[in-house]
Amino acid sequence: MKLPIYMDNPSTTQVDPRVLEAMLPCFGEVYGHASSRNHSFGWEAEKAADAGRQQVAELIGSTAKEIIFTSGGTEANNLAIKGVAEMYKEKGNHIITTTIEQKSLLDPLKTLERAGCSITHLPVDQYGQVSPEALAEAITDDTILFTAMVANNEIGTIQPMQALGAVCKEHGVLFHADATQAAGKIPLNVQEMGIDLLSITGHLMYAPKGIGALYVRRKRPRVRLVPLFDGGGHERGIRSGTLNVAGAVALGKACEISRLEMDDEAARLSAMRDRLEKGITENNDEVYVNGHPEHRLPGITNISFAYIEGEAMMMGIKDIAVASGSACTSTTLEPSHVLRSLGVGEDLAHTSIRYGLGRFSTEEETDFAIEATHRAVVKLREMSPLYDMAKEGIDINAIEWPDH
Amino acid sequence: MAYSDKVIDHYENPRNLGKFDKEDERVGTGLAGAPECGDVMQLQIKVEDGIIQDAKFKTFGCGSAIASSSLATEMLKGMSIDDAEKVRNTQLANELSLPPVKIHCSVLAEDAIKLAIADYKEKSGLVEAAVS
Repeated sequence: MKLPIYMDNPSTTQVDPRVLEAMLPCFGEVYGHASSRNHSFGWEAEKAADAGRQQVAELIGSTAKEIIFTSGGTEANNLAIKGVAEMYKEKGNHIITTTIEQKSLLDPLKTLERAGCSITHLPVDQYGQVSPEALAEAITDDTILFTAMVANNEIGTIQPMQALGAVCKEHGVLFHADATQAAGKIPLNVQEMGIDLLSITGHLMYAPKGIGALYVRRKRPRVRLVPLFDGGGHERGIRSGTLNVAGAVALGKACEISRLEMDDEAARLSAMRDRLEKGITENNDEVYVNGHPEHRLPGITNISFAYIEGEAMMMGIKDIAVASGSACTSTTLEPSHVLRSLGVGEDLAHTSIRYGLGRFSTEEETDFAIEATHRAVVKLREMSPLYDMAKEGIDINAIEWPDH
Repeated sequence: MAYSDKVIDHYENPRNLGKFDKEDERVGTGLAGAPECGDVMQLQIKVEDGIIQDAKFKTFGCGSAIASSSLATEMLKGMSIDDAEKVRNTQLANELSLPPVKIHCSVLAEDAIKLAIADYKEKSGLVEAAVS
């Protein structure tokens, strides 16, 4: 086993060698501009990109024409949200989302809010799920869009997509799904789920960074978008810019592999994740799993280790690359807003660690993580004044802590 | 963000980890920070004849917070109470090469030192109870 071990797959993934192999010709013989209509170099490039487009479409149950390639998830989310807000501003200016979204969705909404849109953030339950009833209640005559992630990046909780989509259809509200974490990990079907727009990014599904896609529905209803930037009118006029053919081929191949291997991979990663989770929760006291017990992405477990600060924990298991909801690891110095939305106390939010297994994770690595985590827990609890107090029967929440 | 070698050293080999009996009249205890903020430091000094003979700490916090309190106990040993009161967070931050985002860890350690000294003084009757 090689150290360090990578368990940060919800952050980014290693490129699958099969994906790399598929895209390599685009750096050699297939170098044409996919929009060059009048020579074979262009035709070859377009053919390669369209094969990728078809593979992406097959993963989500759409047609190839409905796939717009982007630079990644952030661009796809911005295009969907800002594109809809601008195009449908005559119809209304109200957009609904949830409290557990990530930046590339929340920040475009903040921009729109400053420009005069009204944004509603739906709360989630203790597992991180939105209720379709709450969505129905939040919809007004001005509502044009509901935008939410399919599966959460920190805790892995999966939303009841079909029910949420049905509410949107019933009220004539467009439904944008941020599937950057979910795509390739769990079955997605834009027809069955009533999704009108869907964001994908390559680097979370074993394709390289710098390629993503937005699904834009063409029928019932035909969704129209104002583009983010002007240019040559590529991608049906929705996304100008010379097409990243190598990226399109890579994303397509990644989608094909994920589609064909999804069942086996999900079963393998779920079993490994459960083994990791069991190994950690059974060997250590006062640890708590965050997220939905069942409706959760296969590879993710998010665990709070009471009385141990998350960043110190990461130093304690330095041979394993993980992520933490601790303020110390964030750029904002705030603990995870996702965990706070679940009702996890700020004290416990600081102690959370996310283990994210992926395609190349092994059982041996999982067992190593269980052992390393236990050693770090023992060491850091020995250091923690809060653990002492808890053992002495002092209620930490009853202490009046000074502001600082 | 990469940690400095000194932070890693204090994290891996914390100096003076542990605690004294809070009831001991030679002992001053300082508790700084708050769990909601992600760091709590307990710093204790044992004083004889105005000199800090020994110091101990326990910290809930990131590596820089652990290193700041560990280094603080190391510096305090052998110091007079008067000199200890003059220890500033910048000394800890410089010694550990803390980046700007971690300066508050050293501030917390300075707070803990001051609280420990105040607690000792109050117990030994050196000042009025009003100090705290």
